[in-house]
Amino acid sequence: MKNELSLNRYLNLINKLKYYMIIIILIGIIVVILGNMDFAFLNKYYKYFIYGTINTIFLALFAVLFGVLLGIIISLMKLSSNKVMEIIGSAYIEFIRGTPILVQLYIVYYGLPKLGIQFPDIKLPLIGMIPGDFIAGILTLSINSAAYVSEIIRAGIQAVDKGQMEAARSLGLKHSTAMINIIFPQALKNILPALGNEFIVVIKESSIVSIIGIQELMYKADTVRGNTFQPFEPLIVAAIIYFILTFTLSKALGIAERRLKLSD
Amino acid sequence: MINIIDLHKNFGKHEVLKGINTEITKGEVFVIIGPSGSGKSTLLRCLNLIEQPTKGDILFENKSIVNGKTDINLIRQKMGMVFQQFNLFPHMTVIDNITFAPKKLLKMSKDDSNKIALKLLKRIGLESKADSYPASLSGGQKQRVAIARSLAMSPKVLLFDEPTSALDPEMVGEVLYVMKELANEGMTMVVVTHEIGFAKEVGDRVIFMDDGKIIETGTPEILFNYPNHPRTKEFLSKVL
Repeated sequence: MKNELSLNRYLNLINKLKYYMIIIILIGIIVVILGNMDFAFLNKYYKYFIYGTINTIFLALFAVLFGVLLGIIISLMKLSSNKVMEIIGSAYIEFIRGTPILVQLYIVYYGLPKLGIQFPDIKLPLIGMIPGDFIAGILTLSINSAAYVSEIIRAGIQAVDKGQMEAARSLGLKHSTAMINIIFPQALKNILPALGNEFIVVIKESSIVSIIGIQELMYKADTVRGNTFQPFEPLIVAAIIYFILTFTLSKALGIAERRLKLSD
Repeated sequence: MINIIDLHKNFGKHEVLKGINTEITKGEVFVIIGPSGSGKSTLLRCLNLIEQPTKGDILFENKSIVNGKTDINLIRQKMGMVFQQFNLFPHMTVIDNITFAPKKLLKMSKDDSNKIALKLLKRIGLESKADSYPASLSGGQKQRVAIARSLAMSPKVLLFDEPTSALDPEMVGEVLYVMKELANEGMTMVVVTHEIGFAKEVGDRVIFMDDGKIIETGTPEILFNYPNHPRTKEFLSKVL
């Protein structure tokens, strides 16, 4: 009986991990097919990947944080009854979504200093020094993410039944009170899952900032490629790490989403 | 109490209200009937400016509420509204639904507002549901809570927008019962409804609307038994 239970638990675990296993097995097959793959460099360079992964997570966290803050402002502008505000909000979203993130990165990193906006190194308690180009990277990712986040928020707010606002206003509540206390808490349920997906997108997009020399995962993988003269294997390692990050996150989101639905 | 003067409302090019003139006096149950699309809900929603009228004036206690000089939020506190779809706040418990507005607007303490809410819940027979969420209530219970929510602000008039249309037939009675009690206590009520029985029994005055105009006005006895206008006769022959 006891053995059966532990066997069940074991099968359960396998079930949960099956996607990871399938992907890792697939990669294994690729490795076998291509043959002659050599991951011995990891002994020497594994710290590069750890350091890069930490920086990638750090970048994505801050980008999403500021992206959400900016996204809230943009979405409120777009939903505003003030025509000027609405146009500015819409223009922002259209422009950011309609231009490549690489162009946006160059504009921020090379363009803004020309206009006199420098990116100083910042010293934060606990975290330590944040170099200036890191700030530029976070800024670009935030500006980019905000456009998508604002559309998520706008859709979440508009998905709340119109009758809720009418009921709140009919009681004599101000528009702002109704927004904050009645509409937003309900919109949050629509917004949170989509926001998690945005986090996943930002983790992947953050690889672009390696171009301006930010030492995140992609940059570190490139460094290892250069040092070892192995052009392929370090990329496989980076891909696996990216995949583990995003896939774990999306599974965690799935669980959180189910919990949210339960509380309905 | 409420005077409606040459009220017009357009949605784009479509004219929904084509000049409404009438008056609602204190303590009366004013029933609006008519076919769908006749503008009866729009008229009701104009009374507390949930819909902004295109033209005309509405006087509440002899003061215009349309001209923008009066604070509509203060007026709305005195005009409760009950919706067809209940529109309870799903993220709040029943008691929080009822106490939210008094706490925010009348700066009532939690204890005071809870006392009022429990009294109201007792009155509608839902005392035991105080800490439930709206999702766990039946349609009839939701609508009774919605009525209690409006009453918590001690309004001078209650507007009902087809309050029983979204209910299962067996739940209509419990909502109408609460409304009848309110009427007997002298509450001023404006009711858009398809419940002809309710209009007959409780209504003081009935208006029949069609195509954005008031076709006929009268006491329930006269309007339902001796309708004048052919359109009224046609409508009543279908619903009675």
